[in-house]
Amino acid sequence: MLRLDADNPRLRMTVRYLVLTLIALMFVTPLVFMMMSSLKPDQQLLADTSSMRAFLPVGDISFDNYKAAFERAPIGLFMLNSLFVTGITVALGLFVCSMAGFSFVFLNWRGKSIAFSIILATLIVPFETIAIPMLLMVSKLPWLGLDGFSWGWLNSYRVQIVPFVADGLTIFLFAQYFKDLPKELIEAARVEGCSWWQVYWRVVMPLSGPILATAAILKFLAMYNQYLWPIMVTQQEQYRPVLVGLQYFFQLNTAWGEVMAYLTIITLPVLVFYLALQRAFIASIASTGVKG
Amino acid sequence: MLLFIVVPFILAIVFSLTNQRLMSPNAAEYVGLENYTNMLDLGVLVVDPVMDADGAILLDKNGDNQYPRLRKFTRNNPGYPDVKGMKEWFSFSWGEQKVAIMASDLVFMKALVNTFTFVAFVAPIQGALALVLALLINQPLRGIHIFRSIYFMPVVVSIVVVSLLWRFIYDGQNGLLNSALSTLTLGYFEPVNWLGNPDTALGSIMAMSIWQAVGFHMIIWLSGLQTISPTLYEAAKIEGASPWQTFRYVTWPGLRNTAVLVVIVITMQAFSLFAQIDVMTSGGPLDSTQTIVYQAVERGYGKQDISGGSAMSVVLFLIVLSISLLQRYLTREKN
Repeated sequence: MLRLDADNPRLRMTVRYLVLTLIALMFVTPLVFMMMSSLKPDQQLLADTSSMRAFLPVGDISFDNYKAAFERAPIGLFMLNSLFVTGITVALGLFVCSMAGFSFVFLNWRGKSIAFSIILATLIVPFETIAIPMLLMVSKLPWLGLDGFSWGWLNSYRVQIVPFVADGLTIFLFAQYFKDLPKELIEAARVEGCSWWQVYWRVVMPLSGPILATAAILKFLAMYNQYLWPIMVTQQEQYRPVLVGLQYFFQLNTAWGEVMAYLTIITLPVLVFYLALQRAFIASIASTGVKG
Repeated sequence: MLLFIVVPFILAIVFSLTNQRLMSPNAAEYVGLENYTNMLDLGVLVVDPVMDADGAILLDKNGDNQYPRLRKFTRNNPGYPDVKGMKEWFSFSWGEQKVAIMASDLVFMKALVNTFTFVAFVAPIQGALALVLALLINQPLRGIHIFRSIYFMPVVVSIVVVSLLWRFIYDGQNGLLNSALSTLTLGYFEPVNWLGNPDTALGSIMAMSIWQAVGFHMIIWLSGLQTISPTLYEAAKIEGASPWQTFRYVTWPGLRNTAVLVVIVITMQAFSLFAQIDVMTSGGPLDSTQTIVYQAVERGYGKQDISGGSAMSVVLFLIVLSISLLQRYLTREKN
């Protein structure tokens, strides 16, 4: 067999593609199953799992599950919440983290190296380990809002946004990227009389396209797929993101068709986003590898 | 202007700092309020080994030595204050004596063992599979980027969604996995309730976690592979190296840094195993899928016992910290 492989390039090619395709099937089937099942009534869905029919749009196909899912839970609200929280966090995060990175690379101030190593140290702490103490903390924080002064951050958008605006990985990525920018450019701008703010906004930021995309994608994925934190801090429907909304579908009689429909609704935006920007996605993951 | 840049930046530090540091102030604050509870909780996390000796007489029952019931020591026995209220974790025979390992928080001990098992299996397997995929993907074939995109796809899907989907695959009655296996073996395969059986539950979750995250590390390996100069491969070809030799002496040395990164990242992710458990098994059956984070959340949030949950978090933090320091030390030594 091996010799045959070596002698026959066409056979070798075919074997390669066959292997690649088999592996690809392993990765795709659960997602195909999800989408197909979302179109089927419950009974057929469960019966189909014992055959290949699970992956085919056959039988009683309709969008009833989607209709029912929308009736069961305020999906539109959850989706807006998710997109709002994710969007604001990504936007603020890019701003704050890039400034932090800028300050680490170009400015001189006391305790800079200590601060930077602390930020690096936060990278090895899994969020899950600090979630509980943080829950206690945010429940006691003060907030000055439009409606006056209040205590406690639970059940709000800010509790889902503020803690995640700045994160070690993003700051680190920005700092790494800024280090490779030509120093002469910054010096020239300073000599010309630019303030540091102008250097940041007019010189450095326009050069940071790739790193902004990378950071945005990584932050988007992390935020959109957050699960533990929103469960803990949003007891009120009003502020819940889509993933927490899943709870609505697991009551006494779980309607699996609706669950599948809901899962598809959750997953579709990310998949579309991914397929549209897949080169950027993969490049951004790869860059964390090279830099790290 | 300097201030304007520095102030948000200090805020940034404060946030990353608070994340990390607030653990101890909170715990400390709680000690102040309810000192006793916290002390007990912290003491509780330590396993106390206790030796229970059966006198000189051997009481036979099925030919085995018989031992006094452990409850005698753990309940209201002033002679053994160390094991008060504890439960037997496991025991083994040591000569004539029986050694019982006692744990006051049995579930947490199980969670600890499960978490370590999970990491010990997932880190090497996932790393290796990701490397294999990266090598496959690195071939100069037409349409290869399509396969690359597909392999990466599960990474962008939420782990919660993935976990729910895989419940169908693992279902005991007509799950996809059981049907596939019985078709492949022409019906000889006995259906297994993958998640409902203590022997298979943790393994099933491992398999699923690997499936979900392997694409991520594939890309990291891939970026490492692409930094290796093609001239090295040409040289190996001219020298007549076999594919294995090429991998062993050209590819692998070039991947050293990537390997360190991949292992550290996977270890970190594996230690924080939570969502899969929450969605798929809730720690069961028979605590066979309890993990540290799941326990900490259940305690701290579910049972409102913040100090208990925090204590577990601190333990996990110390474990992760020491392991990453160890990994760093080991990889540095080789340099």
